[in-house]
Amino acid sequence: MNKYTERLYNGLVKENPTFVLMLGMCPTLAVTTSAINGIGMGLSTTVVLVLSNMLISMLRKIIPDSVRMPAFIVVVASFVTIVQFLLEGFVPSLYDSLGLYIPLIVVNCIILGRAESYASKNPVLPSMFDGIGMGLGFTVGLTAIGIVRELVGAGKIFNMQILPESYQPITIFILAPGAFFVLACLTALQNIMKKKAIAKGSPDAEKIGCGAGCESCAKKLTCGGSAAEKETVKQTAKSGEEEQE
Amino acid sequence: MNEQLKVSSSPHIRDRVTTNNIMLMVVIALLPATFFGIYNFRHENAWVLVVVTTATAVLTEYIYERLMHKPVTIKDCSAVVTGLLLALNLPPTLPVWMGALGSVFAILVVKQLFGGLGQNFMNPALAARCFLLISFTGQMTYFVYDGVTGPTPLAELKAGEAVNSMDMLLGNIRGTIGETSVLAIMVGAMFLLLVGVIDLRIPGTYLLTFVIFITIFGGHGADPQYITAHLCGGGIMLGAWFMATDYVTSPITKSGQIVYGICLGVLTGLFRLFGGSAEGVSYAIIISNLLVPLIEKVTLPKPFGKGGEK
Repeated sequence: MNKYTERLYNGLVKENPTFVLMLGMCPTLAVTTSAINGIGMGLSTTVVLVLSNMLISMLRKIIPDSVRMPAFIVVVASFVTIVQFLLEGFVPSLYDSLGLYIPLIVVNCIILGRAESYASKNPVLPSMFDGIGMGLGFTVGLTAIGIVRELVGAGKIFNMQILPESYQPITIFILAPGAFFVLACLTALQNIMKKKAIAKGSPDAEKIGCGAGCESCAKKLTCGGSAAEKETVKQTAKSGEEEQE
Repeated sequence: MNEQLKVSSSPHIRDRVTTNNIMLMVVIALLPATFFGIYNFRHENAWVLVVVTTATAVLTEYIYERLMHKPVTIKDCSAVVTGLLLALNLPPTLPVWMGALGSVFAILVVKQLFGGLGQNFMNPALAARCFLLISFTGQMTYFVYDGVTGPTPLAELKAGEAVNSMDMLLGNIRGTIGETSVLAIMVGAMFLLLVGVIDLRIPGTYLLTFVIFITIFGGHGADPQYITAHLCGGGIMLGAWFMATDYVTSPITKSGQIVYGICLGVLTGLFRLFGGSAEGVSYAIIISNLLVPLIEKVTLPKPFGKGGEK
């Protein structure tokens, strides 16, 4: 697996921002009332994430360490503003249903988290793929939650009637508590699959990251993740050197 | 001589109070209200809903514990109490599968996922009632008595209409299965008080605070007719005697129980008088359930010899 597909796999499965890292919970819980909202929010975030990761990675040697956070925010906020105008211009219905949560992409933990932990330390191309992977992982998470909530809470998926008309929708699922129920169930499901993979002795299963950063983690000796992270750090450091040359 | 002495370690004196016994007492105490409800709503076949809801609660507990390889605890009757309480909190016309869904939610989500009996953070039956109320608002607020649809007396009271307090005391009114007859509820509550399963502290402070709140903010002053109607209408009696007193979700400390009762009274009054709907007992109780850990923290008694002036 080369380092680009590794980044994609990392974002989509291993460190899925929604189900594994538990980042960006505010939009996850708030906008996933329907599948289309989930996919819209996910893709908007992906665009911002990819662009900001690229720009921050390009600027990583210029931005002074002591003011990196404000610098990241300025970069992210510029892209969010662009995305906001584009959505307002071309998909006004989605813009209306996402509402306040579009400007709030600026403070989405996933974007700042990736800028801080990956883009500011790695070259442009891997950062871009990291952004794509994480963004798609987020999109998949939000869409999955949106599909379940819309199906149970309204009997529809992507506004198409799926369940028979006689189905009595359980309205609570498209209200706030439903978001918690569905997120918890999907995360539990994912943990069951993870446990099974570990029990089977799948080579990738042990390497599932927690996103906390292994260097400072108290469990680094017992957790299987630290070896995997060292490997990727080495790989990316090497590729960074290559790029410099 | 040696044969007459039995050597064993403490405890030597055992009480007959077990979870099983307490829960059985609660079930017995709920029977008058249940049977009255079944009789009262005989045209709506309320008995089917009661039986299905209770049976689903027990079955859910059994299946979950078997699947999770835990000791099966259906014999302690706590699931029966939850299912029965939920049934008493449902309107008689509710489709049976909704009652069953409520039972599954109460046992699976509210009780078992948090660790089973003794670990639930709010009353499972009431949490399930609120789940159903939010999900199926139409069916949950559809009340029929003797084939006539209409608002509950409490809603009429809120709209400023006159209500018959005598009917509300006896229970010949619209409402959920178990809440209509104050008389039947009081028979059960007296039984629980006599056998010592509950004491007056929580229901007493609850009802007293509620009456004071209604007197001050109700707009009718100390009008006994108005206050009686508020006390006999809706779920306040069922809530105060059977659900606010739930051991798991009420404070252990004596002063904490008084604070808890005051919270319940104020919240119920607030919801009934200023809220959107006429009823507010179930929300008041589950919100107060959430405050219990804080109340217990504040009212924790100091051990002898500690905490005095230095």
